[in-house]
Amino acid sequence: MTVQELTHALSLNPFHLSAPAAEVTGGYAGDLLSWVMGRAREGNAWLTIMSNQNVAAVALMAGTACVILTEGVEPDPALLQRAREKGVNLLGATESTFAVAAALSRLLK
Amino acid sequence: METIKLVYPVEGGDLIEAGEASSQMKLTLKKLGLPQDVIRRASICMYEGEINMVIHADGGEATVEVDMDQIVIRMTDHGPGIPDVEQAMKEGFSTAGPAARELGFGAGMGLPNMKRYSDELHVETQLGKGTTVTVRIRIPQ
Repeated sequence: MTVQELTHALSLNPFHLSAPAAEVTGGYAGDLLSWVMGRAREGNAWLTIMSNQNVAAVALMAGTACVILTEGVEPDPALLQRAREKGVNLLGATESTFAVAAALSRLLK
Repeated sequence: METIKLVYPVEGGDLIEAGEASSQMKLTLKKLGLPQDVIRRASICMYEGEINMVIHADGGEATVEVDMDQIVIRMTDHGPGIPDVEQAMKEGFSTAGPAARELGFGAGMGLPNMKRYSDELHVETQLGKGTTVTVRIRIPQ
């Protein structure tokens, strides 16, 4: 499933969508950035409530397909700018991390 | 392929700006056409090193050497040194302050992640003088 398809299927808010054709192959949820870098896999949709600009760097290094800010969290302006500069797909969901993870899991089955 | 040497200064102080050296290195490794997994592992090691240098040592310098067989990243700082390297290598152990933790760092995963994603990790440290962390990542042929 592509990030574009995921955005549509979960009615996500596309804060920035630079690579809509990127393939989502799994998911990871976490807010401790180093923990995410150690555990998330390439191609994961990363669910987090962290909204500072380091999120873009972590997504870039870990090679995640997209970042989904859950629980209605809005990106800091600096994060949005960094996502634009570095080409990081940045999406938003109003639902809880748990609800988004459950929906993602159903979609990827 | 001759050995390519890249040097990246890492600014101290502002954790929110950290990651620039790693981003630049990642772009360069992509241009060199290295395998995606190798680039990813090198980028994670470099980013963790960069974050450590900003949190603990007011910055430092990273040198990256790439040849046919391997990438060697050497990160040197002039910070306080690591009193107990064995302890620092344990997942979850951290001496990072509240500012770093608020941003999502300080989970005690920096050095463990570097170990996880490299083929070799070497830490040289001297209290009051500084630390050099070297990681080696083999490039599968």
